[in-house]
Amino acid sequence: MWLKFEPRAEPSRAMAYLSPLLAVGLMFLCGMILFYILGKNPVEGFRVFFMNPVKDAYGVAELFLKATPLMLCAVGLSMGFKANVWNIGAEGQLLIGALAGGGLALHFEGSPSPFLLPAMILAGALGGMAWAAIPAFLRTRFNANEILTSLMLVYVAELMVSWVVHGPWKDPDGFNFPQTRLFGAEATLPILLEGTRVNAALIFALGALVAGWIFMNRSFMGYQMKVAGQAEHAGRYAGFSAKRSVWIGMLAGGAMAGIAGISEVAGPIGQITEHISPGYGFAAMIVAFVGRLNPIGIFFSSLLMALLYLGGEQAQQYLNLPSSISKVFQGMLLFFLLGSDVFIHFRPRLVRRRK
Amino acid sequence: MHTPTSDTPRLAIRGIRKVYPSAIANDGINLTVMPGEIHAVLGENGAGKSTLMKVIYGVIRPDAGEILWEGRRETISNPAQARALGIGMVFQHFSLFETLTVVQNVALSIPGRLDLATLSRRIEEVSSRYGLPVDPRRLVHALSVGERQRVEIIRCLLQNPRLLILDEPTSVLTPQAVRKLFETLRQLAAEGVSILYISHKLDEIQELCHRATVLRGGKVTGTCIPSRETPQTMARMMIGVDLPACCHGEPGDGGEVRLHIEGLSHATEDPFGTDLRDIHLQVRSGEIVGIAGVSGNGQQELLRAISGEEPLAGKHAIQMCGVQVGRMNPARRRALGMCFVPEERLGRGAVPRLTLTENILLTAYRKGMLFSGLIRFGVAKRFAEECIRRFDVKCGGANSEAKSLSGGNLQKFIVGREIMQDPKLLVLAQPTWGVDVGASSFIRQSVLDLRNSGTAILVISEELEELFEICDRIVVMAKGTLSPSKVTSETDVEEIGMWMSGLWPGAGAPEGAGHVA
Repeated sequence: MWLKFEPRAEPSRAMAYLSPLLAVGLMFLCGMILFYILGKNPVEGFRVFFMNPVKDAYGVAELFLKATPLMLCAVGLSMGFKANVWNIGAEGQLLIGALAGGGLALHFEGSPSPFLLPAMILAGALGGMAWAAIPAFLRTRFNANEILTSLMLVYVAELMVSWVVHGPWKDPDGFNFPQTRLFGAEATLPILLEGTRVNAALIFALGALVAGWIFMNRSFMGYQMKVAGQAEHAGRYAGFSAKRSVWIGMLAGGAMAGIAGISEVAGPIGQITEHISPGYGFAAMIVAFVGRLNPIGIFFSSLLMALLYLGGEQAQQYLNLPSSISKVFQGMLLFFLLGSDVFIHFRPRLVRRRK
Repeated sequence: MHTPTSDTPRLAIRGIRKVYPSAIANDGINLTVMPGEIHAVLGENGAGKSTLMKVIYGVIRPDAGEILWEGRRETISNPAQARALGIGMVFQHFSLFETLTVVQNVALSIPGRLDLATLSRRIEEVSSRYGLPVDPRRLVHALSVGERQRVEIIRCLLQNPRLLILDEPTSVLTPQAVRKLFETLRQLAAEGVSILYISHKLDEIQELCHRATVLRGGKVTGTCIPSRETPQTMARMMIGVDLPACCHGEPGDGGEVRLHIEGLSHATEDPFGTDLRDIHLQVRSGEIVGIAGVSGNGQQELLRAISGEEPLAGKHAIQMCGVQVGRMNPARRRALGMCFVPEERLGRGAVPRLTLTENILLTAYRKGMLFSGLIRFGVAKRFAEECIRRFDVKCGGANSEAKSLSGGNLQKFIVGREIMQDPKLLVLAQPTWGVDVGASSFIRQSVLDLRNSGTAILVISEELEELFEICDRIVVMAKGTLSPSKVTSETDVEEIGMWMSGLWPGAGAPEGAGHVA
């Protein structure tokens, strides 16, 4: 007997939704095996990693805090992914958004204007868009692969952040630490729930999910991008502009990532440092695919991804494991998702070996 | 060693059954081919012809049934084994590498090491013996479709097959080239080679084939001797009902010019494409103009220039309804009243993974389906349902994915979608290519009705009979340029076939004859 994969006549809709759940299950299972191999009690490990972080209200609030930038980035990226626009540089767009908005906060330090915060958010979005516009231009003008250009620009953005905090924007009273001054109260996002760190950015994220859903499922522009992504020739036949799809896909991702970036520095961090994002822009790609490029799915998958971040911190504290264990979990999740997605188009069957 | 006698069938298949998850492709099929017999396999699209041939050629494995090769039971598990037995197949879509020469392409299919000079000599031998002239040193991309088919046939013949399978071989040939192919096939049959000839063209089968097996819905519905039948009796076996005749109506004259092409020249970006040279054409309201010609002579390029999928550098060369549109994209041309049915249905005329309702939106969104940038799915769905009903599209409803439809039904859907937009100018490319007989005649009648209501219609087709059936005027395309037009009733297949080689009165010197079959 051996296992054979037969192509399905129709891709299985049930499997498309079951596949992320299967991937999560396999990730749990292999995570516990991993804990065992590392000499930990697997049940204890599971409890510390996945249950400890959300055992009280503060923990749940932290979960939403971490999920916020993931939701923002993932919903923006999925607009592009649906159109076959592969922006994998959300991390860089997030950083440039943080710089653009944060720069405004530093320049108008102490300003009591109620417009400062909205202006910072806008600047963050524009900064992310500007960074995403570079690969969009290179793709539409020179047909340069946006996967490469957007990824390379992440490293440029990281170096720019490093330069401003070591150089021109360094806090003069900061004992030479590579960070800027703390933003004033007028330049900080308001807290939503007293006693937690959840701030107004969560409202932006939920709004982005709703707007993203309407754009992708109800707007004609979203329809045109879907056509361009699935069947290029059909898009050209209908007269939809492929270049416009690339621009909108890239700019949507850039704007959302930029808002995520400014929301981090004007939120829980409160200043620009070298460590604005623990890889939210990259993790958001996994979030987008686990959420099936659908805003409703992205809501849940970003909570799951946030849990992996929190679990990593817990594992470091209570299990004596390096915090990069959460990267291992992220990797397993993506790996199992890609594996489970095979079942959407193929059905497994046990067959008797011939001869 | 078992020696077959002349009354042992070359090939006998018994009770072949193949079930796919979505359909029964073959259901208990029996078929017998004698040595030296040309045997037609006749059937509409989806009747199971291709599946059956793939079973014989070892591409797919049947779920039940047996194959007797020269009296012995064989399990053919792959094409290499089929070739070793002596079965050769020429597919409808050629499998040649365009950037290699003829001899290199042939060498790829022959196992073991061999030297190209010897192989070239063998190719020349076979090609002169069977009247299949082709130069083994030429690159395939420079060959016409007819020549490519010869390469495929020669490739099979080099293996000395005793059964040759041909899948719709004449769909790409001029009438003259068809005649030459038939001579070759008759010669092969006289030498004892059996031929399985797959087609839906009844007149060809009558002319060429000794016997025919008719398939419908995966089952054999009859066998016959084509020379003793009429096309009508064979069609009835094939589709189960009598064919409705198209009613033509009087040709309109003097309508306004809806499409006016004046001195269009355009260099294509495709290295294997054809440049357009000095094209002149007028289509008036209430008439159907047909463009005949062997594919690859610039039809694709002309269509893309007319549809706007490849806009021109200047706006003057093409006018639609009095507007110069050369630089406009397809959406703006549609806004002027142009509709277009492309040759490729899945992936160009329709998006495979979207539902029929969503595919309606692709071109018909102007019919009240948008409201401040948002889609009114209710309107689109009603349009889709109306299209499915009026054009008799067999499908699971407006929510079926386009790719779940058969080729003919999807074509009815696309034609319906374009016709229901009340176009002022309708352009159709290969409207009935690969569509079964019943659906074809329905599509032709719909196009005729549209013309009678005053639409200007341009049809590009490789099927001459089709053009003669529906067109008021015919022009011929060859080597990127257009012939003068002929009123259909004042010309015949002979003359148009001649023109398809680029030889019309006043045509330029036949340089670059590479595209002529």
